[in-house]
Amino acid sequence: MNKPLSLSRRHFVLTSAALTGGFAIGLNLPSKAQLASRGGSANNSINLWVEIAADDTVTIKYARCEMGQGSMTSAPQIVADELDANWDQVHIEYVDVNQHIRMNKAWGDMVTVGSQTIRNSQEYLRQGGASARAMLVAAAADAWDVDAAEITVNNGVIRHAASGRESGFGAFAEAAAAQPVPKNVTLKDPADWHIIGQPHPRVDIPPSVDGSQVYGIDTDLPGMVYAAIQQCPVFGGSVISYDDRKARSRRGVIDVFTVDNNAVVVVADNWWRANKAVQEIEVNWDTAGNGDVSSASILAEFRANLDTPDAAALPNNSGDADSAMASADQVIEAEYFTPFLSHSPMEPMGATVKIDSDRVDIWASTQAPEGLVDEMVNTLDVAPESVYVHRVQAGGGFGRRGGSSDYARQAALVAAQLPQGTPVKLLWTREEDTQHDYYRPLAMYRCKAGLDSDGNIKGWKTRIASGSILGSRGAPLRGGLDFLATEGFTRLPYQIADQYQDFKMTENHVPLGFWRTVGWSQTPFAREQFIDELAVAAGKDPYHFRLAHMAEDDLSRHILTQVANAIGWDQAPPVGHYRGIATTEPYGSYTAAAVELSVNDAGQIKIHRIIQGINTGHMVNPDNVSAQLEGSTVWALTAAMWGEITIENGRVKEGNFHDYPMLRMSQMPVVETVLHATGGFWGGVGEPGQAPILPAFCNAIYAATGTRVRSLPLQHHGFSFA
Amino acid sequence: MELYVNNTLHEVDVEPDMPLLWVIRDILNLKGTKFACGIAQCGACTVHLDGEPVRSCSFPVSAAEGKAITTIEGLSGNASHPVQQAWIRHQVPQCGYCQSGQIMTAVALLAKKPQPTDADINAAMTNICRCGTYKRMRDAIHDVAGNSTEFYQAQV
Repeated sequence: MNKPLSLSRRHFVLTSAALTGGFAIGLNLPSKAQLASRGGSANNSINLWVEIAADDTVTIKYARCEMGQGSMTSAPQIVADELDANWDQVHIEYVDVNQHIRMNKAWGDMVTVGSQTIRNSQEYLRQGGASARAMLVAAAADAWDVDAAEITVNNGVIRHAASGRESGFGAFAEAAAAQPVPKNVTLKDPADWHIIGQPHPRVDIPPSVDGSQVYGIDTDLPGMVYAAIQQCPVFGGSVISYDDRKARSRRGVIDVFTVDNNAVVVVADNWWRANKAVQEIEVNWDTAGNGDVSSASILAEFRANLDTPDAAALPNNSGDADSAMASADQVIEAEYFTPFLSHSPMEPMGATVKIDSDRVDIWASTQAPEGLVDEMVNTLDVAPESVYVHRVQAGGGFGRRGGSSDYARQAALVAAQLPQGTPVKLLWTREEDTQHDYYRPLAMYRCKAGLDSDGNIKGWKTRIASGSILGSRGAPLRGGLDFLATEGFTRLPYQIADQYQDFKMTENHVPLGFWRTVGWSQTPFAREQFIDELAVAAGKDPYHFRLAHMAEDDLSRHILTQVANAIGWDQAPPVGHYRGIATTEPYGSYTAAAVELSVNDAGQIKIHRIIQGINTGHMVNPDNVSAQLEGSTVWALTAAMWGEITIENGRVKEGNFHDYPMLRMSQMPVVETVLHATGGFWGGVGEPGQAPILPAFCNAIYAATGTRVRSLPLQHHGFSFA
Repeated sequence: MELYVNNTLHEVDVEPDMPLLWVIRDILNLKGTKFACGIAQCGACTVHLDGEPVRSCSFPVSAAEGKAITTIEGLSGNASHPVQQAWIRHQVPQCGYCQSGQIMTAVALLAKKPQPTDADINAAMTNICRCGTYKRMRDAIHDVAGNSTEFYQAQV
């Protein structure tokens, strides 16, 4: 590889979320002078999060990414509230990634995964706003020669009532920046919040309606060339040889070469020409011994691991499940299967990279700007301070652009083979995207429980045989457990004295990744259907059977009840309509769903109503929470009806939306959201909504048809949407 | 070859079978029209040809010669089109990537049927939105048409 950079690679510490907790960030707010000395544009900075201009414009910095989840609006709402800013004067700006790296990751985590932007940032965001407010007040107190305690701030106006003086923020911005950073700030009582909790319109929506929103794919630079790619269809395989004579003769083709010896790339003067050429290249692949792997062979391994004795016990086990079941009136057992799934965001994978003698620039839709820096450091052997990540909106993320930046590495390897300073935009086709994902793990679950003659659960066992995202990435599995693969079972909302659950990691060559809602996208399919199966066996109503096993003060019970009331569970549905219900506790929130549907003789399902309920504790932007619940419903129903990635001859069979379908407008049900904010905690929003939909939907199908769907997708069971 | 895009005449030197999408994006540098599937499945690339919605990823540029091509950038120029305004009012987009195509499809529907029924909307709005903004798109279309309550009464 041509190596144009002479920069030495410096010691680079990968800082995990655990090391950059909110506490440290909140108390280490650098002053304006410190910001300026570290290369920042500190002209109007009060601190890391707040800049104030002379015209009263308040710029609030946003560190994480925006991909439609809305936190580019809701995170700054938190800062603005503690600042007592006028929201109409607030302007939101991304944190510069290079400055962030140079300042030892001062803005905390930028990675936007796990529905954590609000819940893991709220403390230091509130401190940032409150600290800037205190500095404004101190500056005003100095100027007016009054006691700071007598000054109030409201809606962007600083006021001293006794002397009748008042001012906007701008007049004191410079003096505030020179004030010492307060050692301690008092955060507001939630009852006094006036921007948190308001459905402010999302700031990234206007550019999305006129085509001006810029995504990674839209990067356009002088002298830019375009790259298209053909990756080894079998995971882990490599290039033996290829014939590029025809490709090289095509109009506009500049070069043909391999990257990482597992993909062939064509570089051309536009992407269509590059892609036409790369599709024509016949490659002789080494399939690394995986050429015979199929979905059937993979399934056999998972099935074997439902019985293997060497599984890892979950930490919540208690009592003696076997003895309890031995004395039960009846014992119920069921196995559930959830397949591999691809993320399929609408914007395909890609990145633009430009390598110069002293810097690397990258433009890419991402959930992990620091991950892109790491990828450039590791791929090109450059110093992290020489990497410049340009921030753009992501055309969907859903986990695909968080834990893996494979496309960015490829773009860097392509750029490194071109003349120095040549920007190159690599773009995958939809087929490459579908067939080279990091997939939602396949998983099997065996649930077993006893019932006494009164219909109480006596003993509960679960065996989880699942792929492990963490294990497949070399993360140490403490006690053999993957907390993501087992989430949903680690804290049952049902009070069962005797329970034993365990997990067995099951490996194969299919790469695994974080798929929206991760373990919670699949474990409820088993848990919340099995509870239904127990209710049926006990001759009880599934909702009241759940309640009978839940603690009175349980927040799961609380949201479940809200949802049941919203659909009118205790009143009979219209004739021919049937209902299902489920409850879950994902990402620090509590979600429940109820589905009302009818099914005709041809298996066509018409969903009449879906109630989606969430309790997020504190809720920053209710309209955005509703939007996330609505979208999560679509996500879950798509997976339920069609979602399956199939392995044949070691490769993914599906390629595009014709054989990996998505729910469309005509299939969209009416979704009603029940928003609850009981306070006391900060729950996630982007992912929790999906968790209860799948089991509530399948429970309703059972109620309507008597068919218990224990493996997905539904299309294999003769069902379709009407 | 001459292309008439957003009321401007452009001379382009491209292969006749190059899809209109790639001419619009990479030659004319209008980036609002998106690539997502390349096989006319998802509609993210929807533009108007003489007012009719077409999926430009699978439409040869030669077939667009002599026709009035409108992209999202040419819809209003300042986001003032009633559909764009309704999209903002209803907070429709999430990631926003498919929304240029969705809006162009909705505009073409409303031009033909100013008061579309839900069945009309289902038949016309076949574009994919992975974020799942269908509910709000439907609400926004009904809002433009001025009959937003009909849908709910018919469904429940």
